[in-house]
Amino acid sequence: MTCSQIAEKRNQLTPATTPKTTAVHVSVEHLSKNFGATAVLKDVTFSVAPGEIFVLMGPSGSGKSVLLKHMVGLELPTAGRVALDGHDAAAATTRERVRMALVFQSGALFNSLSVYDNLALYPREHRLVNEAGIREKVMRTLQILSLENAVDKFPSELSGGMKKRVAIARALVMEPSLMLYDEPTSELDPVMAATISEIIATLREEYHVTTVIVSHDRELALGIADRVGILMGGTLAMLGPAMALRSPQDPRVADFMNPKINLQHPRFKQLET
Amino acid sequence: MKPLTAFLDGFGSTWLLLVRVVSQSGSLPRQFHRFIDQCYLIGYTTMPIVAILSFFIGSVLALQAGYSMQNFGTQEFIGSLVGLSMARELGPVMVAILLAGRVGSAITAELASMKVYQEIDALETMNISPARILVMPRLAATLVMMPVLTIIGDLVGWFGGAIVADLTEIISIEPEAYFAVLRRYTHFSDVLNGLIKAELFGFAVVLVCCNIGLNTRGGPREIGAAVTRAVVVSLILILVLDYFVTQVLMLVSS
Repeated sequence: MTCSQIAEKRNQLTPATTPKTTAVHVSVEHLSKNFGATAVLKDVTFSVAPGEIFVLMGPSGSGKSVLLKHMVGLELPTAGRVALDGHDAAAATTRERVRMALVFQSGALFNSLSVYDNLALYPREHRLVNEAGIREKVMRTLQILSLENAVDKFPSELSGGMKKRVAIARALVMEPSLMLYDEPTSELDPVMAATISEIIATLREEYHVTTVIVSHDRELALGIADRVGILMGGTLAMLGPAMALRSPQDPRVADFMNPKINLQHPRFKQLET
Repeated sequence: MKPLTAFLDGFGSTWLLLVRVVSQSGSLPRQFHRFIDQCYLIGYTTMPIVAILSFFIGSVLALQAGYSMQNFGTQEFIGSLVGLSMARELGPVMVAILLAGRVGSAITAELASMKVYQEIDALETMNISPARILVMPRLAATLVMMPVLTIIGDLVGWFGGAIVADLTEIISIEPEAYFAVLRRYTHFSDVLNGLIKAELFGFAVVLVCCNIGLNTRGGPREIGAAVTRAVVVSLILILVLDYFVTQVLMLVSS
């Protein structure tokens, strides 16, 4: 499925039924997080404008996913805070004020529920519409992501790419103001990774949501990000437009973005010494 | 120091979970379909094993008591011994132990797996309380099914005792005589005592198993460890609670 196919599907939908959301402003203010004696995030500060696509990159273990969990209040900061339209993300009431959706790396689909019930859970539990309205909403979302045939399947019956798309669909049903993606293109083949990137970009256009993506995927960052942040050792090593990734000034960032395979002096041997 | 903090953590988080469940109990009617599912799992699927176990407990009780009592010529009182033992003690305790082993372990495994594979995190980001949709229906179903299971256990146990008392040569008590003595010495208050105990044990077991499941961190190995911990803690809890609840019920009834 390409961008044009998504757009075509979108055009088939009744404009009146297309949900509109108000994008949220994300402000990470001097955020620090320690796990025991280990400092995972050290005084990280940046903001994401409403409607922006912000990609957070960095080596494994640099604290990207931990930062993302702070944005949805799943982790509590040691110092500093994350504010969503001025509301502290760690406060229990923020989830009621700001509708946000996190697409987990693994999908985190409810394994005991069918794809339909996975999507229907949120509107049912929050009593947003009646059962007929839920059905219409779920089927429309599945249609946008070309998942109509998977409606009665269970997560264990889906491929990796389909799971990611169902996870995105489940997030989309929530009509969020803030969409967060944790490694949305990991473990996917290049074509499916490109498809997911196209979906993310199209959804921003369609729903005008603020999007924060944690990823290792250079192509995704260059293809759809407005701005990019690179987290290294718990601090921001780079913050700027996506194009800056093509010629980074910081040598650590340059090595991370364009690693050279060096068989004469392998990195793991250097680490040993 | 670490086991003490772990104990206090577990104790505190269990009470916190209970507060969360109680504070959202108003939404129980909306969880009716989940409540029915849990009644089926906790009640219906546990019923056969409760019946088998209770039958043999009643039988062994009659056999052991019969051998001892026939030395004093008091074997006609077997009915009262089996009746009271099953109603006041063995019925509720055995059902609670079965609940811990069969249902409690399954609850912990399911919730721990949901936690490890981030399904619980997904619920929280969707602003859906795990206490409301996962814990409350289970606790409500336990409260409804525990008395049913205990009464079935009591009846089958009494019946097992009657068969053994009748068929064992050295005891040879007719079922009519057995049940006449049982009825004379076992009162409704004894059965009620057992039902109160069963409710408390069942509630505590399911609450603890849910809490351990929801607080699991790590991977598949930790899921296994959580299940073991849940069963061990439940068994200890049942026996400790049993002593104190028995004391309280005795005080109240006297």
